[in-house]
Amino acid sequence: MAKTIICRCEDVSLEDLIEGFRAGFHDLESLKRYTGFSTGFCQGKSCTAHAARFLSALRGGDDVVADPPRTRPLLHPTSAASFAGQITPGSDRKPT
Amino acid sequence: MKDRADLVIIGGGVIGLSLAYHLAKMGFSDIVILEQGYLCFGASGRNGGGVRQQWSTEDHIELSRQSVAMFRNLSRETGYNIWFRQGGYLFLARNAEMAAQLEQNVKLQNRVGIPTRLLSPAEAQGLVPGLNTQGVEVCSYNGSDGVLFPWPAVWGMAEMAKQLGVEINTFTRVTDIDIKGRTIAKVLTDRGAVATQRVVNAAGGWSWQIARMAGCELPNKPYRHEILVSEPLRPFLHPMVSDLSDGTYFSQTMRGEICGGISDPEEGSSMSTSSSFRFLNRMCQSMIHLLPTLAGVKILRQWAGYYDVTPDGNPILGKVNEVDGFIQLNGFGGHGFMLAPIVGKLAAEWVLRKSEHPIFSKYNLNRFKSGEVKKESLVIG
Repeated sequence: MAKTIICRCEDVSLEDLIEGFRAGFHDLESLKRYTGFSTGFCQGKSCTAHAARFLSALRGGDDVVADPPRTRPLLHPTSAASFAGQITPGSDRKPT
Repeated sequence: MKDRADLVIIGGGVIGLSLAYHLAKMGFSDIVILEQGYLCFGASGRNGGGVRQQWSTEDHIELSRQSVAMFRNLSRETGYNIWFRQGGYLFLARNAEMAAQLEQNVKLQNRVGIPTRLLSPAEAQGLVPGLNTQGVEVCSYNGSDGVLFPWPAVWGMAEMAKQLGVEINTFTRVTDIDIKGRTIAKVLTDRGAVATQRVVNAAGGWSWQIARMAGCELPNKPYRHEILVSEPLRPFLHPMVSDLSDGTYFSQTMRGEICGGISDPEEGSSMSTSSSFRFLNRMCQSMIHLLPTLAGVKILRQWAGYYDVTPDGNPILGKVNEVDGFIQLNGFGGHGFMLAPIVGKLAAEWVLRKSEHPIFSKYNLNRFKSGEVKKESLVIG
């Protein structure tokens, strides 16, 4: 059966969202915590909008979920050493 | 939302939920919980999940001993896996004064039945390979301390309370408490009023505001406490490591992340949960100093919550002089989560007058007038 992936970092599927919704998690913050979407490497950059869209549909469609979870540092996963003043900025970056 | 209840609990955090759950189990379930956000919105959803029994006062040691026993059963009881892992807590002392304090604490903990031991720096390295023990005089370690995942613990208690008849209202902000003479008439919210004569103030960092609505002043002050989490790593770190010299603590969660924070003597009381670069810098320096292998670990996120801090580091429990039926369960100063199971149970027995545990008089608000309580000195972060 085809599977719709919402969050690629934490492998959260649409089925997981639906299960979370049925378990009573009806707001984006709670659904995030229950399913784990947005808690991985990209911290929600690629999944939050999808999750919000599907949550709106689950809530009946006319109720648009517009409040994303609070954006927090870091913008990008970065080594502890770079914040400890132990290496110069940029030197821990690898070519992608 | 119900417009009338025997008991209203303000704050859907772990303290209020634990109280509601235990009351409902005892057959008292006409309870309305009012939570301003979602479940886990406050400190109950923002903490590092540490659960320890190493304290400097006998009361804290005994309460946390009973809480650990209850946490061990909570997953089975609620059906929510709280990922409680008892990998121990390792405290590091760097000077003679701290070493003496640890020695004294260990004696006290042993008397209460907690098997804490003093370890030499070399023994500590056996527990945490790669630990930098330069300048460390002595460590204390108790293997039955541990870490858990706070969110499912909150949901599990909420679910059980709901099944037993408790009404939990999320996204419901308390705006005022209506008092007639010395008696509570109703609690007003942005979604309507609830008539009641008994109100529990379990609002954590917001407790001082709630108390004011009832015409009562608490000495509690909210302090921002910041915390961070790394990418997940293969399990390698057994105990929570905590350095008493700067209040650094970190542990490895069951998801593999390193999660921890640090005290900041310059942090003043505020109602802010913003994130600072200062924290990131200090925390990364300290954790790399303690465990140099963490230098290359990538940090994913930092966030913040409130410590609800009282002048003596102990909670405020029980009645107040000004208003009848206004019950305090707050001021836990960063360790409310770990005490929640037993405090909720004892408070339930106390509310139903099944027993009169001494903590409800000893840690009453009145103590700040008489000044009789021993300060808890082992508050971290």
